[in-house]
Amino acid sequence: MRFLPHTDEDIASMLKVVGVDRLEDLFSTVPGDCRHKADLNLPEPLTEWETNHLMAVLSQSMAVSPEFKVFIGAGSYEHYIPEAVSYLSGRSEFVTSYTPYQPEMSQGTLQGIFEYQTLTARLLGMEVANASVYDGASALAEALLMSVRTTRRKKIALSTLIHPLYRRVVKTYFGPTDFELVELPYLKNGRTDLSKLDKMGDLAAVAIQSPNFFGCIEDLMHIGEKTHEKKALFVTTFTEPLAYGLLKTPGLQGADIACGEGQSLGIPQSFGGPGLGMFASKMKYVRNMPGRLVGQTVDMDGKRGFVLTLATREQHIRREKATSNICTNNSLCALTAAMYMASLGHTGIRELAGLNHDKCEYLKSELKKAGFEIAFDSPTFNEFVVKFPTGFRTTHDRLMKKKIVAGLSLTPYYPELTDHYLLCVTETMAKNDMDDLIKGLRNSGV
Amino acid sequence: MKETLGTTGLILNEPLLWEKGKRGRSGFSLPRRDVAPSPLDAELIGEGPDFPDLSEVDVVRHYTRLSTWNFGVDTGMYPLGSCTMKYNPKTNERQASLPGFAGAHPLLPTDLHQGALKLIRELEQYLAEITGMDAVTLQPAAGAQGELTGMLLMHAYHQSKGSFRSKIIVPDTAHGTNPASAALCGYRPVPVKSNDEGILSLDSIVEVMDDDTAGIMITNPNTLGLFEENIKKIAEVVHSKGGLVYGDGANMNAVMGVVRMGDIGIDVLHLNLHKTFSTPHGGGGPGSGPVCVKSHLEPFLPVPRVIEKKNGFLLSEDYPGSIGKLQAFYGNFGVLIKAYTYIRNMGPENLKKASQLAVLNANYVKKMLSGVLHLAYDRPCMHECVFSDRLQKEQKITTLEMAKRLMDYGFHPPTIYFPLVVNGAVMIEPTETESKENIDEFIAAVKSIANEAKEAPEQVREAPKKCKVKRMDETAAARHPCLSG
Repeated sequence: MRFLPHTDEDIASMLKVVGVDRLEDLFSTVPGDCRHKADLNLPEPLTEWETNHLMAVLSQSMAVSPEFKVFIGAGSYEHYIPEAVSYLSGRSEFVTSYTPYQPEMSQGTLQGIFEYQTLTARLLGMEVANASVYDGASALAEALLMSVRTTRRKKIALSTLIHPLYRRVVKTYFGPTDFELVELPYLKNGRTDLSKLDKMGDLAAVAIQSPNFFGCIEDLMHIGEKTHEKKALFVTTFTEPLAYGLLKTPGLQGADIACGEGQSLGIPQSFGGPGLGMFASKMKYVRNMPGRLVGQTVDMDGKRGFVLTLATREQHIRREKATSNICTNNSLCALTAAMYMASLGHTGIRELAGLNHDKCEYLKSELKKAGFEIAFDSPTFNEFVVKFPTGFRTTHDRLMKKKIVAGLSLTPYYPELTDHYLLCVTETMAKNDMDDLIKGLRNSGV
Repeated sequence: MKETLGTTGLILNEPLLWEKGKRGRSGFSLPRRDVAPSPLDAELIGEGPDFPDLSEVDVVRHYTRLSTWNFGVDTGMYPLGSCTMKYNPKTNERQASLPGFAGAHPLLPTDLHQGALKLIRELEQYLAEITGMDAVTLQPAAGAQGELTGMLLMHAYHQSKGSFRSKIIVPDTAHGTNPASAALCGYRPVPVKSNDEGILSLDSIVEVMDDDTAGIMITNPNTLGLFEENIKKIAEVVHSKGGLVYGDGANMNAVMGVVRMGDIGIDVLHLNLHKTFSTPHGGGGPGSGPVCVKSHLEPFLPVPRVIEKKNGFLLSEDYPGSIGKLQAFYGNFGVLIKAYTYIRNMGPENLKKASQLAVLNANYVKKMLSGVLHLAYDRPCMHECVFSDRLQKEQKITTLEMAKRLMDYGFHPPTIYFPLVVNGAVMIEPTETESKENIDEFIAAVKSIANEAKEAPEQVREAPKKCKVKRMDETAAARHPCLSG
């Protein structure tokens, strides 16, 4: 077997050195009643070529572009990934390296992650970013736990327009605690309703997503002000970081913690994971931050270099008093995101974000022209909600057979929003594809 | 003069990204604009991030140069105890990047995703078989999140029995994530000491186990590389007081096909796919931390779960007792593909062989280095063995210094200063993918360094000398943190 280099001679000579006769004898410290006597009931090994064939068959059963036109975002976005980015992030010195605890032989990862932290902080307008957490959902959960630690208060107000699956993850993390989660409802215009906030006291944090789950851009500045009046931390989250190539940053609008999903930045969708938990905050809160941090320093010769730092926050030092239990994070995904941001540059990301915005607006206006109702009138980025006529489900199914996925039904997440669908357009959707969708909707007599 | 593995070579310096670039350069092929610009409220528009503008050549040279400063498993051996730095098969990477997998949106209707659901279901079944457990979730993102999941499952179980418990037993050899994960669930860790043989004694557990204790977190083999021989009796004691046994499966590489955790009293166990199951470490992640449970914990598993019907696979949320969700979607699917591929390529016999050879390699190292370094526990080890710097105390050479000198010889250092129960610990785990020659070379390097400690200690103290940078000023980094450029 090509991953097991030992020959029979190797094994024999090594057994001799160890002083036992057979491989089985190496397990003498395992009590007899702990041994598994049978063989493992697993399929017989495949050759590399049979594996290629099997996986080709499995993967070809999946509905992906270009065959399918998928107008869904909702936390997973189709964006073009430059070949250079895939190529560089596949270099085995990055892929097969360990966590950079020994900095002298990990300067590649360390400088790469330092650059990622910097680009992330700049993207979000924040002072410091960490080396990543798992995904947008757990990033939010960690941000809220951090707010509780920092303020020593136990109540969190969070918008119902935060991604429903993110809120479920937060609930799971908060399950065993006595912290209180209060949901802020939404307004007719598709933004968060803050009126409940006025009566709330003793808040650790107010959490808002922008662009929110309906694609609407929230007035973060205003919400930030109200949050700080309550002496709470302002936590902003996002599912589409590309928006900040164009929009005012959370940092500029008063965010204390900005966190969210970075999958859009050069990471394949991969059926939902691995993604990238981006996490940034004000510098004054850094000692309460979860996750690894790379810092700049010098070596014995005065040469610039990078190391993991402020590790006393982390589990391997602080154990049960750590700021989080996180150990392995999404490092390679963070490096990939940095490569993507580096490839785009300041000029490129603005143009790309603008293109995303404009393409989405095109679909929105064409749908309006065709007589469809745009559910919420606040400005949006990349996603928006349409209220289709009653019983749209049949049309949706019919279009799906034609390999067009006309949005995500909101009803499972917001039962009051029947026949409401969340549509997404990125730079990967051509005008023709959008025209085909409109044609398809018109022909269904909708 | 015999040439060592570690040598010098020309590598290039490379500045930070924002120290290069010129406004107007581009490394991205902007997609064709086929729609008109659409105005956006000026109030909402920002300045755009302060990123450098780089050409594709700039970006490729930058990261290619950075990569040359990294050591990886593909470069050489990482004898890191408890990390299982085995070879990462390239076929894994190919399968994960297949367009049908890489381009898949998680929220499409299930009949458009049968391939992924089949893979998930089959991987669950393989892991259940390997661990001897009844049900599996692949949702946790890494080992630590798997541990949190385990803690939440235990919490939910006790709650369902109307039993409120505030403590959990954590051995002194436990990985830091164990008490950290327990604390996230509101459990106060109760420490127990391992005995003189380096394992847990039954008495120490009997002493602390009571009705207020949720259970025990046990790593087996433990972080000293020793099999917890009393585990069955310990499990019985914990169970007798209504508690549960959590297994930290980080060291699973020692016992595949040899011991099944579900058969020896474990109720819930996490695995690290980026250790035992060959998915790459990626410089710190992404990993994956599946959790395997016995049937009495199955109702509490995270949702959704993949179920198999006559006409295909479905995602079901119909588990009212579920603890909820750990990640937005289904787990690190791109990583799951790699573990699946590994198991399909190895097959049952080779998985067992892998564990046997991992244990052979570690015992060989133990035999060859005893007397060169101080062996912490003179007992048969499993897939890793623990030494210390006690024999070098005389020359005042420490574990840290010897570790740094190993780099000059072309090896990544072993795990150092962990587990905490051994002063100056050096934990060596070769894994089964290192050949006898590689290991002999490693042993020769350690012997040479032990010799240097006696004959030429400055060589050790000034190490490493061949890396891109020398020892870093970590104190300054912490005192005046500079965390972005």
